[in-house]
Amino acid sequence: MASVMHIAIAGTFMAGLGVALASVLAIANRRLQVEEDPRLDDIEEMLPNANCGACGNPGCRPFAEALLAGTAEPAKCTVNPVEVNQAIADFLGIDLGTPDKRVARLACAGGSHVAYTRARYRGLKSCRAASVVSGGGKGCSWGCLGLADCEAVCDFDAIQMDQHGLPVVDVDKCTACGDCVDICPKELFSVEPISHRLWIACKNRDMADEGEAHCEVVCNGCGRCSADSPEGLIAMEDNLAVIDYEKNDLTSKVAIERCPTGAIVWLDDVKGAIKGAKARRVTRKQPLPERVEPLPRL
Amino acid sequence: MGFFNFIRRKSFSHGIHPPDYKEETAHKPIRRLPFAPEMVIPLSQHFGAAAIPLVRPGQEVLRGEPVARADGFMSAPIHAPATGTIEDIRLMPTARGPKVESIILKAHPGASQRVLYGAELDVDTLSAEELVKAVQDTGMVGLGGAGFPTHVKLTVPPEHRVDTLVVNGCECEPYLTTDHRIMLEHTDELIRGIRIALRASGTRQAVIGIEDNKPDAIEAIRERLKPEDPIAVQEVRTKYPQGSEKLLITVLLGREVPSGGLPFQVGVVVNNVGTLAEIGRLLPKGEGLIERVVTIAGPEVKKPGNYLVPLGTPLRFILEQVGYFGDAGHLILGGPMMGTSVASLDVPITKPISGLIVLPEESANDHPDRVYPCIRCGTCVDACPVHLNPSRLGQLAARRRYETMAVEFHLNDCFECGCCSYVCPSNIPLVQYFRIAKSVNRERAA
Repeated sequence: MASVMHIAIAGTFMAGLGVALASVLAIANRRLQVEEDPRLDDIEEMLPNANCGACGNPGCRPFAEALLAGTAEPAKCTVNPVEVNQAIADFLGIDLGTPDKRVARLACAGGSHVAYTRARYRGLKSCRAASVVSGGGKGCSWGCLGLADCEAVCDFDAIQMDQHGLPVVDVDKCTACGDCVDICPKELFSVEPISHRLWIACKNRDMADEGEAHCEVVCNGCGRCSADSPEGLIAMEDNLAVIDYEKNDLTSKVAIERCPTGAIVWLDDVKGAIKGAKARRVTRKQPLPERVEPLPRL
Repeated sequence: MGFFNFIRRKSFSHGIHPPDYKEETAHKPIRRLPFAPEMVIPLSQHFGAAAIPLVRPGQEVLRGEPVARADGFMSAPIHAPATGTIEDIRLMPTARGPKVESIILKAHPGASQRVLYGAELDVDTLSAEELVKAVQDTGMVGLGGAGFPTHVKLTVPPEHRVDTLVVNGCECEPYLTTDHRIMLEHTDELIRGIRIALRASGTRQAVIGIEDNKPDAIEAIRERLKPEDPIAVQEVRTKYPQGSEKLLITVLLGREVPSGGLPFQVGVVVNNVGTLAEIGRLLPKGEGLIERVVTIAGPEVKKPGNYLVPLGTPLRFILEQVGYFGDAGHLILGGPMMGTSVASLDVPITKPISGLIVLPEESANDHPDRVYPCIRCGTCVDACPVHLNPSRLGQLAARRRYETMAVEFHLNDCFECGCCSYVCPSNIPLVQYFRIAKSVNRERAA
């Protein structure tokens, strides 16, 4: 009899405790509730949830908050297709904003078929690791090492290494998130508006003949592109042509025409990078032989 | 008694015992290397801002004349290693990677070894500040490998009180014997340098830590010390990486430098024996640092030894002088644990480089870089001298969670000694991962 009594007491006590704690929670829920715009979740659902940061916000939810606060435009999301961004704009009743399509561009064209290697790198297959060991095995100290750190870091599968060991950016998939810009130890990537058609695919700062000894598509600093372009568009800095994109309206294909190596290119949506008529034609497909520096003769 | 000595002998926990390969060069006296016909003098041979050139192409310079001045306090001047003509100032390859502005000096064919520039200094009358300035004028940087400007190390921030100068004579890297030879052959200069450093830094006592595989060096220094000298010689156990400054402080004084901190914070200034011996030699003469002792060793060297090499001598010239065997194909500047492989023979000897190791080329058939999965054996944890968890860090690095590594797992306390990679049975390149992580974190912070 006593045991039934004990069970009853315990049961009642537990039930009472449950009711008491539940009422605490219920009150807390009322009192501490955070008012949240119900549209926030809807917008977040429409966003890609890639949390890439290309819009300038830490992630998709903060971007959704910025949209609600009116401090951002839907077009800033470079991952969503335009239609979805338009849907967000319609949903919120705000302006879409100017779609500002930007992509990652690589400032190197020195694949294994045109650029020599001066030493054999045998360590961890990572550009970052190679670059601290004498700058990697490549003859050109500025060039792409081709060990695919950018391919590995890209969350959108937009970068694929080609047969010559150079990363190729898929313009449609690229969201301009900038991860490849951060990982490249040679700082060859930059995120550029798609309207920037004229492009210097080189960062070599060596003197002309030394640069050409290592790579056939080097910018040798001859200055022809600078001379042929409207004044101030292309400057020569440390043996390298540098385009002033503030004057992007002045760019034309004239600049690439007389380039002897094809380091300056015109980026075409369909045909890819177009070289000038005077550029050296490279038909080679296979990699160049290794040119490891010989030891001195004794 | 010998047994108790062994127990008493000081050391840190963890660490490794790689074969030391020092017997080949340890007994070889320091010899001079001739001038290379063309020397390459990088303007950045130290930690900090690059020096600013004082010369132009075509100019004649004397041996010992300054050719570049320090750019501010965190920088060091550079002096001409030989009498000759400045050929050019242009970009040249370095061992670390990017090309840097370098002065190309053509030595006169008959240039003499006499140093023709410099005014004698009465070291005993100089104040601490004047001594620090004089040390900067010599262009002295840490000759042990880091290349940190010595005068910066000797300048104690006013908020810290320092009492002890720790003199690092461990030289724990395999192959290297430069510090060993300097302690044996330049004992008086070393002791003079220690006295100067004591005064310049305002410390009262000095402790020289020497690994017990160099009993002759310990003996030589103890013999020359006068009883009134506030300098003690402390034998420490031979173990890698005993020569790390923070570990050595813990071993000798029982003080632990806080994470991310500097030796100042525990009242200590650390300098390498090679650096102090050079200060003791150069400062009274008012000369600049223009040559250093480099151990040239390895199975492929014909005449291994300890050479006094003019700074700026290209590796190509050194190989011509010391000779090599047919299999030579892999050159390492510095020690094999923390040094770096070289990809160009135009790379010169610079101030922080204490060794050139010539190894045979690995044949393409062995698989030295085949990596197996981590088996969680914990060997790396047992090896890490700063008590990190390299295994966990490696797994995070594979997922590129570099910030987590720094914030939660103290990545920045790793000084890249390479013990973890050395012991890993799965051949995982752990320290290489950590270098990647640290470089990415540095760039993000910038």
